[in-house]
Amino acid sequence: MGEKVLMKGNEAFAEAVIRGGCRFYFGYPITPQSEIPEFMSRELPKRGGKFLQAESELGAVNMAYGCGAAGGRGFISSSSPGIALMQEGMSFLCGAEVPVTILNVSRGGPGIGSIQPGQADYNQVTRGGGNGDYKIPVFAPASIQEAVDILYEAPEIADKFRNPVMVLADGLMGQMMEPVLLPEPKPEITSADIPKVKPWAISGSEKGERSVVKSLRLQPEVLEAHVSHLFEKYAVMEKELERVECEGLEDAEVVFVAFGTMARLAREAMELLEADGIKAGLIRPISLWPYPYSAFEKLSGKTKVVVSVELSMGQMMQDIKLGVLGRCPVKLICRTGGMLPTSLEVVEKTKKILEEVR
Amino acid sequence: MATNKLFFAGSGGQGVLTMGQMITYAAMYADMNATWLPSYGPEMRGGTANCTVVISPDKPVSCPLIYEADNVVVMNLPSLTKFESLVKPGGNLFVNSSLIEQKASRDDINVYYVPANDIAIELGNPRTANTVMLGALLTVAPVVPEEKIYKIMEKTFSGRKAHLLDINKTALHAWKPE
Repeated sequence: MGEKVLMKGNEAFAEAVIRGGCRFYFGYPITPQSEIPEFMSRELPKRGGKFLQAESELGAVNMAYGCGAAGGRGFISSSSPGIALMQEGMSFLCGAEVPVTILNVSRGGPGIGSIQPGQADYNQVTRGGGNGDYKIPVFAPASIQEAVDILYEAPEIADKFRNPVMVLADGLMGQMMEPVLLPEPKPEITSADIPKVKPWAISGSEKGERSVVKSLRLQPEVLEAHVSHLFEKYAVMEKELERVECEGLEDAEVVFVAFGTMARLAREAMELLEADGIKAGLIRPISLWPYPYSAFEKLSGKTKVVVSVELSMGQMMQDIKLGVLGRCPVKLICRTGGMLPTSLEVVEKTKKILEEVR
Repeated sequence: MATNKLFFAGSGGQGVLTMGQMITYAAMYADMNATWLPSYGPEMRGGTANCTVVISPDKPVSCPLIYEADNVVVMNLPSLTKFESLVKPGGNLFVNSSLIEQKASRDDINVYYVPANDIAIELGNPRTANTVMLGALLTVAPVVPEEKIYKIMEKTFSGRKAHLLDINKTALHAWKPE
C-alpha cells in the first residue's frame, strides 16, 4: 500500500477500475463524468489497454458486449440519461451472461434533466430499463475511498457471476476530491490466459469446442430453462453480495435510510439531532440490489419512524417499506432535480416528522 | 480539534478552487480527513466559482456539504453578497478589499479586510493574490500546519514553475492583521 493521494472522484474511479484489472474502456462523454473517458484516453494506452470513444452510449455498451464475449474485461461509464441508453445492452449482457463493469455518475432527471447530482436513477438501476427477467448487482458507495474499493473488486464479481456489475455514484462524488489509498494493481488477464480462466469466451483458441455467447433462444422451453439458470445464479448473488452498514439502531427514536452522499448528510444530521437530545440511527444500504431488507430486522421497539433521505421523490421508499413491514411509519425527506438539502434542513424536517408520529 | 468548514468564492480565474485544494492537500499531508467540493456546471462560466472544504482532524468527514462555515473567503462583490450569510456566528469572513469596496453587513462575525490584489501587485506578481488571501486565512485560523502548505507549494511550484515558489512563500506572510 502506498501513501494517500488526493484525487477527484471521477479520476479515482477510473484508476480503481484499471487497478482492478480492466483494460478496455468504451464510452461517450457526458457531464458529470467526462473526466472518466478523458482519464482513460490518457492512461489506458500507457498501461497495455485500449480506449475507444463510441459514437453513442448504445455503441459503447455493445462494444463492451463484444469485448466481454471475447473474454476481455470491459468497463463502461456514463450518467443518468446515458445509462438509460445503455440499458437495452445491459439486458443483452445479462441474457448472454457477459461480465462488464458499469459506472453511473448520476445527475438530475427525468430526461436530459440537469447536470447537478441526483439519485432519481434508483428505479432505473435496481428495476432495470432493459427487457426481460434480469438482475444487475448495484453498489452505492458513500465516499471516494469506498467507491475505489468497490470498483477495484467489481471486475472480479462480474467475472465470477458472468454478469454485469454496476456502481452508482452521484455527480457530487464524481466532482469531489478526497484523500484515497489506492489498492495494488491486480495482474491483468492476458489473451493467452482467457481460454483457461474463461473457457466459455469466444477467445479464438483452438480448444476444439465451440463457444456460443448470445441472448437469442428461440425455443421457449430452452429460454425458460436459461432464465431459470439465471435466477439460480441471482439467488446466490442475493446471498453473497448484500452489503449494508448500520449505526445506532439500538436506541434510535428515528432511523434514517440513505445511500451515497445522502448517507453522509444523514450521518451529520444524526450528530446534530443527538446534540438536541434526539437519538437517531442510520441504515446505509451499500448494495441497492440485492437490497439489505434483513437490516430492518434490527429496528428496535424504541424506533417511532423510519425516514428515507434521498435525492429523488422517494424511489427507495418501496424497498424500505418491504424491509420495515409495517413495524412503524416510513416518511420521506427529499430534494430532487439536482438540488441538495443541508443537514440542518434534514434535522428540521425530522423534528416535524417526530412531532407528527410521537 | 473540531471539524472546520471552509468556503471560498470568487470569479473564475481568481484561484478560489486552488486555495481550497492547497488546504485540502495540506490537511491530507497532516493525516487529517478532508473533502474538497467544487461548484460545477454553467455557473462557473462568467459567474461565481466556489468550493467547500471540510477538515476533520480525527474522524472521517461526515458530510462534504455545508450549511454554515467557520471560515469564508470572498474574492469579489457578488460572492460577498451571496455568501456573507454562510459564515456561522463567531466565524471569520475574509474580504478581498482590493476589489470589494463594500463593507460586510453583519456584526456577529469577525471580518478581515485583506487587499489581496494590491499586496500581490506590490510583491511583483498580481497572480499571487489568492496566496496572499490563503495566508491571511491561515494567520487568523491556522487550520492546517504551515509546513504542510509549504510541502504542497513545493510540489506545485516545481519544474517550469519553480521560479514561483519563493514569491508564493512570501505572499503567504504578506498580510498582517491590524
